[in-house]
Amino acid sequence: MTETGTMGLPYDLIIFYLFASIVVCASGMVIVARNPVHAVLFLVLTFFACAGLWILLEAEFLAITLVLVYVGAVMVLFLFVIMMLDINLAVMKEGFVRYLGIGTVIAVAMLGLMTAVLGPEHFGIDQVPAPARHGPDYSNTEALGRVLYTDYVYAFEIAAVILLVAIIAAILLGLRKPRNRKLQDAGTQAMVRKEDRLRIVKMDAEKGGHS
Amino acid sequence: MNYLIAIPEIFILSMACIILLADAFFGRGRSGMAYGLSLVTLLLTLGFIVFFSPMITETAFHGLFVSDRLSELLKLFIVGVSFMVLVYSREYLAERNLFKGEFYVLVLLAVLGMMIMASAPNFLSMYLGLELLSLSQYAMVAMRRDSGVSAEAAMKFFVLGAIASGMLLYGMSLIYGVTGSLDLSTIHDVVAYSQPDKVVLVFALVFIVAGIAFKLGAAPFHMWAPDVYEGAPTAMTLFIGTAPKIAGFALAFRLLIDGLEGLVASWQQMLIILAVFSIGLGNVVAIAQTNIKRMLAYSGIAHMGYMVLGLIAGTADGYAASLFYTLVYAIMAAGAFGFILLHSRQGFESDQLDDMKGLARLNPWFGLVMLVLMFSMAGVPPFIGFWSKWFVLKEIIAAGYVWLAAIAVFFAIVGAFVYLRIIRLIYFDRAEEEVTAEASGELKLVLSLNGLVVLLLGIMPSFLLGVCLAVFH
Amino acid sequence: MMAPLQMWLSGWLPEPLPLILIILIKIVAIVLPVLGCVAYLTFAERKIIGYIQMRIGPNRVGPRGWLQPIADALKLLAKEIILPTRASKILYLIGPIVTLGPALAAWAVIPFDDLRVLADINAGLLYILALTSLAVYGILIAGWSSNSKYAFLSCMRASAQTISYEIAMGFALVGVLVAAGSLNLREIVHAQQGGFLNWFWLPLLPLFVIYFISGVAETNRAPFDVAEGESEIVAGFHVEYSGMAFALFFLAEYANMILISTLTSIMFLGGWYSPFQGMGPLDEMTAWVPGMVWLILKTAFFLFLFLWFRATFPRYRYDQIMRLGWKIFIPITIVWILVIGGMVVFEIPPWFDA
Repeated sequence: MTETGTMGLPYDLIIFYLFASIVVCASGMVIVARNPVHAVLFLVLTFFACAGLWILLEAEFLAITLVLVYVGAVMVLFLFVIMMLDINLAVMKEGFVRYLGIGTVIAVAMLGLMTAVLGPEHFGIDQVPAPARHGPDYSNTEALGRVLYTDYVYAFEIAAVILLVAIIAAILLGLRKPRNRKLQDAGTQAMVRKEDRLRIVKMDAEKGGHS
Repeated sequence: MNYLIAIPEIFILSMACIILLADAFFGRGRSGMAYGLSLVTLLLTLGFIVFFSPMITETAFHGLFVSDRLSELLKLFIVGVSFMVLVYSREYLAERNLFKGEFYVLVLLAVLGMMIMASAPNFLSMYLGLELLSLSQYAMVAMRRDSGVSAEAAMKFFVLGAIASGMLLYGMSLIYGVTGSLDLSTIHDVVAYSQPDKVVLVFALVFIVAGIAFKLGAAPFHMWAPDVYEGAPTAMTLFIGTAPKIAGFALAFRLLIDGLEGLVASWQQMLIILAVFSIGLGNVVAIAQTNIKRMLAYSGIAHMGYMVLGLIAGTADGYAASLFYTLVYAIMAAGAFGFILLHSRQGFESDQLDDMKGLARLNPWFGLVMLVLMFSMAGVPPFIGFWSKWFVLKEIIAAGYVWLAAIAVFFAIVGAFVYLRIIRLIYFDRAEEEVTAEASGELKLVLSLNGLVVLLLGIMPSFLLGVCLAVFH
Repeated sequence: MMAPLQMWLSGWLPEPLPLILIILIKIVAIVLPVLGCVAYLTFAERKIIGYIQMRIGPNRVGPRGWLQPIADALKLLAKEIILPTRASKILYLIGPIVTLGPALAAWAVIPFDDLRVLADINAGLLYILALTSLAVYGILIAGWSSNSKYAFLSCMRASAQTISYEIAMGFALVGVLVAAGSLNLREIVHAQQGGFLNWFWLPLLPLFVIYFISGVAETNRAPFDVAEGESEIVAGFHVEYSGMAFALFFLAEYANMILISTLTSIMFLGGWYSPFQGMGPLDEMTAWVPGMVWLILKTAFFLFLFLWFRATFPRYRYDQIMRLGWKIFIPITIVWILVIGGMVVFEIPPWFDA
């Protein structure tokens, strides 16, 4: 799996560990960060590093889409909302000490259980062999498109319907009738002609006026 | 490739889009249009389900869609119950300024989600159908947006539902990791015949069972149900409390039996815990409720416990009993909520137990309908609720779980108190204010039919049971 | 051109270094001209808008004012960088960098002609889309971390606007992708071979117009410059910045303008191809012109449009911007994607006959 250079350096491993450590540190910071805006920005960094890992897996379409959709759109809106909220940190931290004990116990138990079940003897490198590397003309985008519109077209359509429900729900819950909004009709604005607005009055310069 | 078997789904989706557009463009001042169109859609869908039924098991869309006897039966009931829901809720919605086209589109899309679940032979379509259903439900609960209670209910429903979906998905991903497939029949074969990693499978199973239990509203994953039932507008509670339970059966059956039958010994134990908790807690806590919607929520938890008993039996007859139980429960619950909606009016929810006082005197016919429904829910012979419990218990005893049957019977007797108390309130207490129910003709007609169906099924349970048995044999 | 250099470097450098060095040299060879263009674009802007408004524009520094950008740069370099006391320090400093970074990184996949491209990747178009969508972070971070009302208002406006227009922009690019059948920018140019009537501006006319207008909105240029609206919110997100930190925002804005213009030329105006291709004598007469010159000319045309817009149109109001983006551009692009799909399926000549 690893390509080694002439100096014996496994480059893709180095890159993997670089991105992986960024993912771990940044996602840790998402939880630890005191300021919610910082937390969101660390989440953005996590997504970025994940995209890097996906590129290592030859999933360049997914990686770039992750950046495009999550980083470029979803997280911006998220940040937008978080920035506008007036979050009281003291209230947020209120139950922290009280639940710290039980929380730690549960977390440690979960961690132990998951290492036991998902550890290397179950999902190790010998159980799950690495997929074969593709040639340079392999296009992940094309491969995805092919299965998405043939084998999985049904699932793809249902996913679209789910998004439709999300849109309906958002409009249903979010749209309030405007109270007293002044709106122009851009159509009529654009259709207006000179004759509707302007009347040219011919006046004799010498007779008219009051001077 | 036979797309015809998916005609009901395709039709309902197309109609949902048409109704959405029609409502947006011509809906102003014609709020009855979406309602009428939705009813027609559901009726036609019923027809399509029967007409395009392949009679044999057939798949489409590269194995992401299956049409078999189980899916046909479930779909018929899902669509039928949803039809009842729409009829029951019209006036309630109109009185509360919720009579909007979007509600009907959401109902249709939720029905679509449930139908997708009913015929899902694959983790992918199952999960997507579930999400479609859940998302529509969250939006429906939140629809009364000026009410703090509704908003709270929607928030709880959404957050807990998302966690449950996450658990389900996590379990599915682990199973995919072990078996290398999302297709339930492939998974079934891998689990049964090759030697996959048992530890991981059981670990994944825990998550899947937890997800299923949440969606069914079975204890100890029931916490959302009472708050959501109480907080949501009654029309939405009616919907959430009926048809999705049928879809929940599809979820449980497809995942646990179609996919993971090889792990039957493991999930039996988990389901026993669920069943005991649900039956015990549901029946006991229901007694303490003063709000009838909350009470029906706990009653629903208990009923889901009984339903799970049939699955624990692990035999075809057991599954049939379980299916029978689900279908019967959906019809009974629809009738019970319909009775609440019958008496609610502008500014009056009629959802307290005290509001039930003396209703039989004001309205003898519907008092009788409620009597039938409550006796049936309590499991008094010869009503249908008795038979559904009877079949489930018979199968569980046949499977050798006598102690489980004993617990179930004991708590059924405890729970009977809840339903008999409602009958007492309706028949023997005096109303505080004498107001006759003014409901639309169609509500009265369908509610009467609902009562009659429960009564008739009780007299002749063998017909529906025969259908349920035929599904699994 | 780079091959002999690489050979020579591998002679005395250990293995990965020659490759890295070559890549670095290529990056510098792209970034430096871009920054030079930015400098003289500011000069051009002041001159052109000056002439449009019947003024002369800068003419004091150097012959005919040609050294004006250098003087501006020196002035900005010499200025003090002020850190507001209550600002979120690290983010405040990261803001300008995050703004400039994507604006320059996007140049990696731009093909200057058939051979000259730094990274010829399959998903070039997606890469461009992803990077242009990141530009808003700089504005958001800068506006928020400044701890100033004006800056904050501006970053709110900017993010909403950018997100809205990104959708229309993305759809327009989907049209290009359908028409060209590839995400690779070089392939997209290849698909437009053969005279200016074969370029995509004709079959994709609505998308072409929408892409460029969305590009203007994405770069927060007039008439979509509500994020800077000096008459309403002083100068918007960079009101607290000074010196070189401010200059970075300035650089990014102009680098983005050049990028959008280049992309429009590549995707709709046939990139490095001559407009007279296949036109007999005219083609022969202009055969000596290198492809890159055509690309630069096309880009210059769009850059001129940017400046022309600024001198001509009054600023849009916020709700008008949203209306234009959501209710007009997005529906048109969706409809036109269907039209293009039909054209590709039925192989309408001269663009889509294989």
